[in-house]
Amino acid sequence: MLKLHYNLEKVSMGLVGAIIAVASVGGLVEIAPLFTIEQTVVIPDDMRPHTPLELAGREIYIREGCYACHSQMVRSLADEVDRYGPYSLSSESAYDHPMLWGSKRTGPDLARLGGKYSDDWHVAHLMDPRAVIPVSIMPAYPWLTRSLDTDLIAENLATLARLGVPYDEAMIDNAMADARAQSQPEADGADGLRDRYGDDITVRAFDGDPSRLTEMDALVAYLQSLGTLTDAAHEMFAEDKP
Amino acid sequence: MTMTATLTSTERRIGFAISAALAVLGLTMAAVAKSGPMAVHGAMALVLGVALVFHLGGALYDHPEPSNRRHAEYYDAPTRFGIVMTLIWAVVGMGVGVWLAALMYWPEATPLWPGTSYGRLRPVHTSGVIFGFGGNALIATSFYVLQRTSRARLADAVSPWFVLIGFNLFCAWAATGYLMGQTQSKEYAEPEWYADLWLVVVWVTYFVLYIRTLARRAEPHIYVANWYYMAFILVVAMLHIVNNLALPVTWGSGESFTIWSGVQDAMIQWWYGHNAVAFFLTAGFLGMLYYFLPVRAQRPIWSYRLSILSFWGIVFFYMWAGSHHLHYTALPYWVQTLGMTFSIMLLVPSWASAGNAIATLNGAWHKVRDDAVLRFMFVAAVFYGLSTFEGSFLAIRPVNALSHYTDWTVGHVHSGTLGWVAMIVFGAIYSMVPKLWGRDDMAWPKAVEWHFWLAITGTLIYVVSLWNAGITQGLMWRAYDEGGALSYSFIESVEAMLPYYAARTLGGALFLAGAVLCALNCGATMRAAGDQVDEADRPLYTQPAE
Ligand code: HEM
Ligand code: HEM
Repeated sequence: MLKLHYNLEKVSMGLVGAIIAVASVGGLVEIAPLFTIEQTVVIPDDMRPHTPLELAGREIYIREGCYACHSQMVRSLADEVDRYGPYSLSSESAYDHPMLWGSKRTGPDLARLGGKYSDDWHVAHLMDPRAVIPVSIMPAYPWLTRSLDTDLIAENLATLARLGVPYDEAMIDNAMADARAQSQPEADGADGLRDRYGDDITVRAFDGDPSRLTEMDALVAYLQSLGTLTDAAHEMFAEDKP
Repeated sequence: MTMTATLTSTERRIGFAISAALAVLGLTMAAVAKSGPMAVHGAMALVLGVALVFHLGGALYDHPEPSNRRHAEYYDAPTRFGIVMTLIWAVVGMGVGVWLAALMYWPEATPLWPGTSYGRLRPVHTSGVIFGFGGNALIATSFYVLQRTSRARLADAVSPWFVLIGFNLFCAWAATGYLMGQTQSKEYAEPEWYADLWLVVVWVTYFVLYIRTLARRAEPHIYVANWYYMAFILVVAMLHIVNNLALPVTWGSGESFTIWSGVQDAMIQWWYGHNAVAFFLTAGFLGMLYYFLPVRAQRPIWSYRLSILSFWGIVFFYMWAGSHHLHYTALPYWVQTLGMTFSIMLLVPSWASAGNAIATLNGAWHKVRDDAVLRFMFVAAVFYGLSTFEGSFLAIRPVNALSHYTDWTVGHVHSGTLGWVAMIVFGAIYSMVPKLWGRDDMAWPKAVEWHFWLAITGTLIYVVSLWNAGITQGLMWRAYDEGGALSYSFIESVEAMLPYYAARTLGGALFLAGAVLCALNCGATMRAAGDQVDEADRPLYTQPAE
């Protein structure tokens, strides 16, 4: 062995080849099967992708770095299930490019946030966290009241569709209209939106003002959708606890 | 000596052409993007390219050629530049770190301006210290060590500049991009697709330069330090490319979606993330340790066999360990188990490296006592041992149940990065700077001693306060009262953190003060440069004069 190495040290490209070979094994063994073993991700029948407005909110969540302090992955531990709800299933983030599981909980987990608070609460909290939770250390985001930039909304859906997220042509073509419709409950577009994404989505003036489409609308729509894309986790829990 | 003075007129012309190409690239990016971060980044490349065009163009014809004697010397001008950039990024990156630490205690201080929000600044800190500070230190020392252990001059004079300047452009794009809200959100891989592609070009150049120089070596054997630098270059390339595969939304938007999703994305991200720790924050720095520590202590490495064992152990085991970041998540259980198992086995090569370094100091303990520079390296080896022990411990599933998501992780991170990475960098810098600027010693030798004590005190305060913070947090989250209900609301655990966050800010500020002192000391040394040459410090392999 030592002798072999003694010789290897004299051949630089040999060392290069050996390093690449030895370093590749772990990744190949652990990653490749995740694509081939079917049980790794089982997409439930009721699973839907994010609406255009929620997706825009997700981009804002990423832009502001919310993921640096909030996880979206309830682990399979009793206290987490008691605190946040059913533990997260792999299918729930199957359409997430990238996933936002997070690695630090400076603030609480958000995987099951949808429906937990009112829209008003979210708006007040994002404008000034200490107005609703006096000891919170979360920063304020007063600039979210500005108009939502919708330039890339349809392209975003189209790009994700190319990566395998089930957005069909109608969804892509109507992306812009759907984004507006979701924040204007009184207007006509809501029916088409429900046709495409299902009746369970929330259609509300998230920031309280249906006349303007703001970043706040998008972000709150996204937050209210967290954990609601499928019922699979709740159903599994109901079966477990007779 | 500036860059141009060390280049021949042909080399200046090549540099001129590359700079012009960079300017055109920048202009194209700005034109395609029209507005937004990508346009700003195009403008940055344009300005840099034009500045270099003027800098090199002004010296194309009338400057004297460098003397032919240069072939009998090492090419250290790029290393000098790299050291300056290391120091600048140290102050910026750690400065932002202290500011972030303060914000966690004092969130009202956030200016109401999007660019300075915590979530955008945090990657400025991580990229600034890992890539800016760590990366520049790695590249600069790799050139220094490669030449001296091969007894050969760098294979050419243009590509080292391309590598360093190109790498710093990447870092500047990264940091400014985050401030403008541009990020892929993948931890330690936040920059967007075009910056990622640019880094690939820089990295391939780096690898080619490395191999070509190695091919000229006058010693038949490749020294251990170079194995580590090579593993760093190769594996980082592999990780970077796979993790960053993405589909741009439009060519001009500077936005993209990663091709990976959900659980596969999580696994690939942490395969990348953990091995960024292993091959960026560890392998390259072990290369540094294996060169500077024996040289400074004037003792050969204690055991050659142990260095072989630990090298291949690290290259093999680390790549399996990433899944310990995903315990109890939706990642299949068998992958978690593999990650845990390999993380524990990883302790063997890790401690073999740390032990080998410490045993090398046997017989030189009086030097460790008297020489603050060697003491930096000794402490680095000790913290390397401590943080890898802690890492293997945290990778055990039930331990991770408590520690994951808490400040314990952040404490572990900084015991590795402050105690190990930053300490070995400072040791290397204090070893190189006097030599490279023709002096016996630093301008202010006493300040090195001060820096040492600031750094060690800062690290200990930082790490100990976050251990307490993290364990408290983890215990509060899982505490139940007699009635079977959770004892604490989440916000109560946040409140409990405040004293620890305040202490961490203090520790960080001490560490930062040490780094600033180091930068000032190096600045003073550079300004008082001498003309001492170490006659023994030159290549054996001499090229034919042209
Ligand atoms: C034997 C060696 C090591 C092992 C097995 C190890 C293991 C671990 C584990 C289990 C975590 C926590 C994962 C989680 O719960 O999220 C972690 C996080 C981390 N470690 Fe280590 N560690 C080792 C050495 C090091 C060293 C030497 C450094 C720095 C130079 C380092 C830097 C980090 C970083 C940056 C993270 C945080 C990643 C994140 O969540 O963003 N580790 N490590
Ligand atoms: C003056 C010294 C430093 C201070 C005050 C500091 C402070 C901080 C703070 C406040 C965070 C955010 C923690 C959180 O989100 O809870 C952080 C994260 C981080 N820092 Fe530092 N830092 C310092 C030096 C360094 C150095 C030198 C490095 C690397 C070479 C480094 C690497 C990191 C990494 C990798 C993270 C992310 C950890 C994770 O995601 O788990 N830091 N630091």
